[in-house]
Amino acid sequence: MSELKTLYQDIILDHNKSPHNFKKLDNANRHAEGYNPLCGDKYDIYLRVENDVIQDVSFEGAGCAISKASASVMSSLLKGKTKEEAEELIEVFHKLVTGDADPMEELERLGKLAAFAGVSEFPARVKCASLAWHTLRAALENKDDVVSTEK
Amino acid sequence: MKAAAETYAPTTSKGVFDVERVRADFPILNRTVNGKPLIYLDNAATSQKPARVIDTLRRYYCEENSNIHRGVHYLSQKATAEYEGARKKLSSFINARTPNEIIYVRGATEGINLVAQSFVQERIRPGEEILISEMEHHSNIVPWQIVCEKTGAKLKVVPINDKGEIILEEYEKMLTPKVKFVSLVYISNSLGTVNPVRQMIEMAHAHNIPVLIDGAQAVSHSKVDVQELDCDFFVFSGHKMFGPTGIGVLYGKSEYLEKMPPYQGGGDMIKSVTFEKTVYNDLPYKFEAGTPNIAGAIGLGSAVDYLNEVDLDAVYAYEQDLLAYATEAVKNVDGLRIIGTARNKTAVISFMLEDVHPHDIGTIIDSEGVAIRTGHHCTQPVMQRFGVPATARASFALYNTKDEIDVLVKSINKAKKVFQ
Ligand SMILES: Cc1ncc(COP(=O)(O)O)c(C=O)c1O
Repeated sequence: MSELKTLYQDIILDHNKSPHNFKKLDNANRHAEGYNPLCGDKYDIYLRVENDVIQDVSFEGAGCAISKASASVMSSLLKGKTKEEAEELIEVFHKLVTGDADPMEELERLGKLAAFAGVSEFPARVKCASLAWHTLRAALENKDDVVSTEK
Repeated sequence: MKAAAETYAPTTSKGVFDVERVRADFPILNRTVNGKPLIYLDNAATSQKPARVIDTLRRYYCEENSNIHRGVHYLSQKATAEYEGARKKLSSFINARTPNEIIYVRGATEGINLVAQSFVQERIRPGEEILISEMEHHSNIVPWQIVCEKTGAKLKVVPINDKGEIILEEYEKMLTPKVKFVSLVYISNSLGTVNPVRQMIEMAHAHNIPVLIDGAQAVSHSKVDVQELDCDFFVFSGHKMFGPTGIGVLYGKSEYLEKMPPYQGGGDMIKSVTFEKTVYNDLPYKFEAGTPNIAGAIGLGSAVDYLNEVDLDAVYAYEQDLLAYATEAVKNVDGLRIIGTARNKTAVISFMLEDVHPHDIGTIIDSEGVAIRTGHHCTQPVMQRFGVPATARASFALYNTKDEIDVLVKSINKAKKVFQ
């Protein structure tokens, strides 16, 4: 049960219930779709990128609490970040959920993302947490085809 | 642990079902998960194994391991006799005419692929049709799509209603002269629906169309008689009927099997080989190229012994009782919707919770030791039909109890609380 608590942190439950930036972005100039065929989770990520800076971001779609909260928290952190900074964030997040980063040491860079540290205890859920982030990477690279967790 | 198969006493006498005695046959049920007793409700994915099957595998490897059909030495003869003995058991288990109609395969999936490649692909022409239902497992969809792609044939899908039952009037209409093959699931793994396959086979036969039945979910829950069904092919997997993984059966009527070309070439499936000409072996060996899963087959024979002893009619009645109890019990969970409410159903409950995604349910109740499956259950078209991305599924077997269902319901309620 204590492990379960570390997975379903309040931040995660809140973002799942009322996700931020949960809409289509009309003036987006980058977009990618992410799909996890194993559980049916599906998200669209929209970005407005100007001079390599993310001006705006939003997402749409459906999935489990972990995947939705992850997309929501991610979207709330991206505004104003350069492409490079966003890629760094993708990197630390990935390390965090696969257990390769110590959340205490990375606290400053992680901020709210530290709430996802518990995911590393649940290997079956790592893909849920990562889906939005894989999709973000594809959007940054402007790959408009579907990103699958199973490739 | 008991040492030899001979020491096992019949678990229950005919017609009586003693679940506590059955549970004692399955060593894994003694373990805990996350500090709680394991409650295993993922039987549609794979079943647990009784000590008898585990011991058979151990004994085989400790005392009899050898290659079959090719040795004059003692062990090889012993292994061959056991391997062929298991085939005989399987033959009587589903009431085939002869053990030669029992082809060992890896499982239901390989059985279907074999029929798709060696039977249907050989005779179907562009524009002709293969009929399946909307509730098929991917293993009874994709092999036919491959055939269609190669031959220009068309795959047609018989629709299901909101309860998850095949619409027989539609089926009747779709049985046109263009249809050359029908392939149907007996019991749906994601909905629990038991299809009226006997009637559906008769309807197809009225048009001279051969039928394959995917019995993967059928053989562990009720008696199957392939002659009574009159199906032309029947496939099932050992691991879903308390046997080992990697072994299963394709049953086919000899008249068809004899005419079919081999599926794979290699050793054991030949009578003689020269570089000019190879003469294929007789049934069933023509379809069993290479060294087969010998231990698996012998273990599966042991699972059949087990099922014969527990009496499948008693199992069926017991599981129907579990299903009724579970269906009633989950009605008390607010916002729970059952997907699949066929009148004739096996003990499977696929469900959705308002506001809690199946994946989250699965993780939360796992912390209570309850193992269920979440996802699309390899039936994505069923999910699309019901407009859901995934479901949570509890699937029961003969060793599950009403107490376990109570824990299931309690833990579902707990999942709801986390998300309140
Ligand atoms: C109805 C049905 N058909 C076919 C299969 C495929 O069985 P296997 O994976 O053992 O080949 C399954 C297993 O999930 C099933 O439930």
